[in-house]
Amino acid sequence: MRDFPTSIDATLTLLGDGNYVADRALATTLFLSLKLGRPLFLEGDAGVGKTEIANVLSQTLGRRLVRLQCYEGLDVASAVYEWNYPAQMIEIRLAEAEGVKDRAKLGSDIFSERFLIKRPLLQALEPDEAGPPVLLIDELDRTDEPFEAYLLELLADFQVTIPEFETIKAAEPPIVIITSNRTREIHDALKRRCHYHWIGYPDAARELSILTLRVPGAGDRLSREIVGFVQSLREQDLFKLPGISETIDWASALVQLDKLALDPQTVNDTLGVLLKYQDDIAKIQGSEAAKLLDQVNAELAAAR
Amino acid sequence: MSDTGRLPENIMHFARVLRAAGLPVGPGRVIVAVRAVEAAGIGSREDLYWTLHAVFVSRRDQRDLYDQAFHIFWRNPRILERAMSMLLPTFGAENEAPPQAREANRRLTDALFPAEQDEIPVQEQEEALLDAAFTFSAQEELKTRDFESMSAAEIDEAKKAIAAMRLPILDVKTRRYKENSRGRRIDMRATIRASLRSGGNIIPLRRRSRVRRHPPLVVLCDISGSMSRYSRMFLHFMHAVTNDRDRVATFVFGTRLTNVTRYLRQKDVDVALNDVSESVHDWSGGTRISESMREFNLNWSRRVLGQGAMVLLITDGLDREGTKNLGFEMERLHKSCRRMLWLNPLLRYEQYEAKAAGARQILPHVDEFRSIHNLESIADLATSLSRDWQRKKEATTTTWGATA
Repeated sequence: MRDFPTSIDATLTLLGDGNYVADRALATTLFLSLKLGRPLFLEGDAGVGKTEIANVLSQTLGRRLVRLQCYEGLDVASAVYEWNYPAQMIEIRLAEAEGVKDRAKLGSDIFSERFLIKRPLLQALEPDEAGPPVLLIDELDRTDEPFEAYLLELLADFQVTIPEFETIKAAEPPIVIITSNRTREIHDALKRRCHYHWIGYPDAARELSILTLRVPGAGDRLSREIVGFVQSLREQDLFKLPGISETIDWASALVQLDKLALDPQTVNDTLGVLLKYQDDIAKIQGSEAAKLLDQVNAELAAAR
Repeated sequence: MSDTGRLPENIMHFARVLRAAGLPVGPGRVIVAVRAVEAAGIGSREDLYWTLHAVFVSRRDQRDLYDQAFHIFWRNPRILERAMSMLLPTFGAENEAPPQAREANRRLTDALFPAEQDEIPVQEQEEALLDAAFTFSAQEELKTRDFESMSAAEIDEAKKAIAAMRLPILDVKTRRYKENSRGRRIDMRATIRASLRSGGNIIPLRRRSRVRRHPPLVVLCDISGSMSRYSRMFLHFMHAVTNDRDRVATFVFGTRLTNVTRYLRQKDVDVALNDVSESVHDWSGGTRISESMREFNLNWSRRVLGQGAMVLLITDGLDREGTKNLGFEMERLHKSCRRMLWLNPLLRYEQYEAKAAGARQILPHVDEFRSIHNLESIADLATSLSRDWQRKKEATTTTWGATA
């Protein structure tokens, strides 16, 4: 276990230890979230490393990672807690067979921790030896407004009231990371309680250092070419621009294919790793890819 | 807090500037901001920038405003070196316009220099230049439509018609459940609780059923020249729809796409339409349906079409530009939504056939095709839609204003 970073620079180092190359803006926001105990709200396109921050934090701080993947219709029963009904039914039958007449006692037996199934949000409130866990609420935009409203209550006090049982309150609030792909706008009331950060695509230098860290097998030349090509792809008029995760996937794919440098044929064959829409691929494949590649190589040669 | 001198005070002033410029900054955030700055320390100007950014900005589109406000407010970089004990921004003190006001937001200028607007003509000129850079002067008649020109009788008529209209609300099943004594599923939690009441001797079954909810609605309305006779009416219609239920997004397009949802949320229809007319610059100009749809698909569809949205497309399908990509864009739009309705004013002619190239490209990709050309037909549309949906057992009719 490691203590919270004490400065923005320390936060950068912390993320760096987890192989996450962050810019100063992100480190500042994260540092403040940790220091002030507020949730961190990360928004950005798919594949820019939003979820990864939670992984890296839990790894470097040595905390447990509790992940809640959101989806439409997510309710308290699957996000917070649920009673184990079959077991409760058996307990009632047993009590009946034994002739237990005390209703109050039966009630408290049935609704005890033994029969409580804890879901992620409740798990995150439990005390942990390693310190409060990292709670990742992933893709919040996928769920609906009622759940958002419930979350509001939870994030305010970090406590959950189970009517039949008791109120469970976290001794120490967990580190909360919320991510959104912006398929709808999250309500301002929730955002207000968080530190907001928009994660964009990285610049060439940062992307190169990410690639060097994540895919060490790729040689220097290949990495530079990949970064140059992806960066120029992001300037194209595409429906879905490739994110950092696509860059990493592509680099790994090229390493698997034992490539030391990019050539037009390889680019065409592996374009599906980078671009996920048929018309984007059709637009880039062939002459456009070759043109971009030539540009990238010319720039690299000039820089050398 | 004595060693921080006037810093909290200045953060408060900065927050007030942001608030006046339209950012939702309340006193709560100011307190957090002061604590944040204390926590982060003021190592550099950049750190202060991002520290305050973390607290004050909560949407991507606020970043530009914040950026400009920050650089104008905390202008003097040496301030930060003197900062720890005393932070004195020179805001509004100098008599000239801020040097880096290159494209400073109008709202921000108003917020920073409320009384000095007249003294900064340079900036206005630049703003005009900027505007011009974005326009397609050949096709787009840059004029702001005046809603005042609408006759009083017309307004009354429209209001009356809209007030008398019923909006069909299509309900769809969600994955959420609520208690319902006639529901299909057993509500185990309520059942066990009820059975304990009798000491576990009897187990009375409690039931639950799915919650039904209307899906998000997206309205795309053509306001080009060929539609100009109708667009005013449609705006009233859109205003009524936007205020009738939640999760409505409204866009208008001529030569470019404008999101007018925020303006139409105004309860007052006059204020709302006035705001719209100020924000939209391509009234009664040319049409570029294909380009507008592309813009929608690229920038908005992924933000507003989530969760099974319904799309109302209001256009006559007459495209001034080439329509080569229109079919493709419509297909993509159709595939990203639950249901697409095309409302076409030209359909009032009985012999109407989709002969225009644009219309031919749109038609294969719509689920329903209806006429909409006067107030009556809007009303008819509502009732006929609800009838259709009732037949499909998907909808109920609700009176205007009956839902929250």
